[in-house]
Amino acid sequence: MADKPRVATVSLCGCFGCHMSLLDIDERILQLVDLVTFDRTPLTDIKTLGDCDLGLIEGGVANAENVEVLREFRRRCKTLVAVGACAVNGGIPAMRNQFGLAECLRESYCDGIGVHNPGIPSDPEIPLLLNQVHPIHEVVAIDYFLPGCPPSADAIWTFLTAFLEGRPIAFPYLQIHFD
Amino acid sequence: MNVSAAVTVEGFVAESLATHGRDPRHLLQHLIRVQQRFSYVPDAAVEALSAALDVTRTQVRAAIAFYAFLHERPRGAFEIRFSDNITDRMLGSRRLIRLLIERLGLMGLPAWGRDLIRSDGRVSVGLASCTGMCDQGPALLINGQAVTNLDAQRVDRIADLVQEGIPLDRWPGEFFRVENNIRRRGLLLGNPATDGAALRRLLDEGADAALAEVERSGLRGRGGAGFTTALKWRFCREAPGTDRYVVCNADEGEPGTFKDRVLLTDYADLVIEGMTVCAGVIGARRGFLYLRGEYLYLLPHLESVLQRRRAEGLLGARILGRDGFDFDIEIHLGAGAYICGEESALIESLEGKRGVTRKRPPFPVTSGFDDQPTVVNNVETFLAAARVVQWGGYWLRGEGTDQSAGSKILSVSGDCARPGIYEYPFGTPVHRVLSDCGAENTQAVQISGAAGATLSPADFDRIIAFEDLPTAGSFMIFDDSRDLLDMVRNFAAFFAHESCGFCTPCRVGGALLRNLVEKVVAGQGSEYDLSEIRHIGAVMRQASYCGLGHTAPNHVLNTLDKFPSIYRRRLAREAHTPSFDLDAALSEARGIAGRNDPGAHIHALSGETA
Repeated sequence: MADKPRVATVSLCGCFGCHMSLLDIDERILQLVDLVTFDRTPLTDIKTLGDCDLGLIEGGVANAENVEVLREFRRRCKTLVAVGACAVNGGIPAMRNQFGLAECLRESYCDGIGVHNPGIPSDPEIPLLLNQVHPIHEVVAIDYFLPGCPPSADAIWTFLTAFLEGRPIAFPYLQIHFD
Repeated sequence: MNVSAAVTVEGFVAESLATHGRDPRHLLQHLIRVQQRFSYVPDAAVEALSAALDVTRTQVRAAIAFYAFLHERPRGAFEIRFSDNITDRMLGSRRLIRLLIERLGLMGLPAWGRDLIRSDGRVSVGLASCTGMCDQGPALLINGQAVTNLDAQRVDRIADLVQEGIPLDRWPGEFFRVENNIRRRGLLLGNPATDGAALRRLLDEGADAALAEVERSGLRGRGGAGFTTALKWRFCREAPGTDRYVVCNADEGEPGTFKDRVLLTDYADLVIEGMTVCAGVIGARRGFLYLRGEYLYLLPHLESVLQRRRAEGLLGARILGRDGFDFDIEIHLGAGAYICGEESALIESLEGKRGVTRKRPPFPVTSGFDDQPTVVNNVETFLAAARVVQWGGYWLRGEGTDQSAGSKILSVSGDCARPGIYEYPFGTPVHRVLSDCGAENTQAVQISGAAGATLSPADFDRIIAFEDLPTAGSFMIFDDSRDLLDMVRNFAAFFAHESCGFCTPCRVGGALLRNLVEKVVAGQGSEYDLSEIRHIGAVMRQASYCGLGHTAPNHVLNTLDKFPSIYRRRLAREAHTPSFDLDAALSEARGIAGRNDPGAHIHALSGETA
């Protein structure tokens, strides 16, 4: 069992939709746990990261903690994959890049509709936000990009099985068209 | 000066329409006149032109957004644009820009797409791509007029004249003097005289005989691509169509090229004669000379040459008294778009539209202007064609190589004692040009412009010819005191600015290349970034829609191969480096939270990601 490849996953500034899509492989998850050992991932609730063969990153980089976690994944994982639009491009969260950070925070915590106790939170335990949201390849080197919002379960499955079997990674057209 | 309260926008547009007509294809020409008059294109002009020419507002606005010399918002009454080619920079243009900015009380520096406009509306300062004055730079354009040989004194004086509001026509004439600097004359430049001899021979011996001479000469297009001229003329002549057109491509936009400017100054008659001969051969009744906006100052001269030739019976109705031989030429101005040097983009621009390249085929010879058969040739090609018809094909074949008959006119600039115009027989080695122009300790030559090839000393024995080093004529020299990465930065910014935006590989690829080059310059690049540059460059070459995108990565790929040290000596130690400053990216949040403790910072990694 110790020989099985170790896989870790994390959601940075994402919506967990890519993780939900991973779960959409349905009963194939039983095959997957035979093929790999899960390390840190929301699926196992393991919070610390060991040395891994494969790291799947959902979400872009929006705050200091995202940077720290992403760097640790890069250090620990032999292969790192940007999964989904936010990791690849910044995605929906990057829409805030059109505005200043202070403007965004004021809208969310002070001026927005239905705000109670207005005031921008400030606590050392809350990670500081970056001025802009960035795709993950702007912070660390990335080996594969798996686009989609989210990538379909079948696309994730195709990637995982090809990668684990050491085959070249290629998708049937229906798995990578978005219209 | 632009400002006069007496003329309303509507009145001016109405006058322009009355003088120049309501053909929707004249949209760009109307817009250029409005821009020149008001320093921008006001909404009222957009409305008036849209209504009168029956084109949508969106089309009008798209044209304004596309052309660098048209603006939606006012520029200064004195609109100044510094030529920002690498040769201008090598001659100290950046220092002079800063000086002028300071003297005018402006803040910051102009950048591509960002002009500095003084709040009183008196003056604005921006950049222009190469204005074709590389042998007498640094140069600028003021309200479209070229000013050459800038130095601190001249810039000082310009600042004074602007402050005092002296109209341009009362500025010192020497500011606007443009020298020809012809240093070496060959087959074409040796003899500027013309008396319509080519046209007489065409009429005496017939179009078939004239075309046969062009065929015999082996003349190939001088714009760079080298398509056989006789073949182009023949295709056009034989293509089905109701009308045929002759277009002279005088959109000399390739950085470092200025020979067409000289040809249009001293050899305009021969160029126009070449166009007229072409019209006789293919059966065209209308022609266009597409003059780049940077050469606006040549417009009165060229109009007068056309007018004189009409008076001499060499142009217009019944040329040289021959019934049925009617041909006339209109000059159309460009408005600061490099892409319009590509023939199909040029035709789009002639038709008043944005200069986006067309799908080819069909080629212009079968479906060009107004979808009719059209010959588009370079200025130098028409000049050579006129002589070939006059003196015969063998005359041209007397010089050159097997595949490259005749001579090539080079625009030599950069680090040499005698920049200017040099005409050589094809087959001349690069080192010959270098020694003739007084270049010493040459590190590199950029041949055929920003889109061309970077030559290292190992290439200096190679020859200028279509079979070895094809060139549109640009020849920029860099001695060993230069950092070639300055050239790369300049060209990368140029292509990112000049991409027409139609296709993703060029639009996005060009911006990515520029950003990666800047990252390397900042000392933050890594091996990974160099491999990205190669990867993106390869995609641009393969997947771009037209030649602009295909050639845009040449300079960076060439220098990566031939001058790797200019990149490597600046690389960070890490195998991968972030594309932005992580700690600086927390600055706003630190300010908002009022924190500056160690936990509120992100530290750079020290080589551990390798």
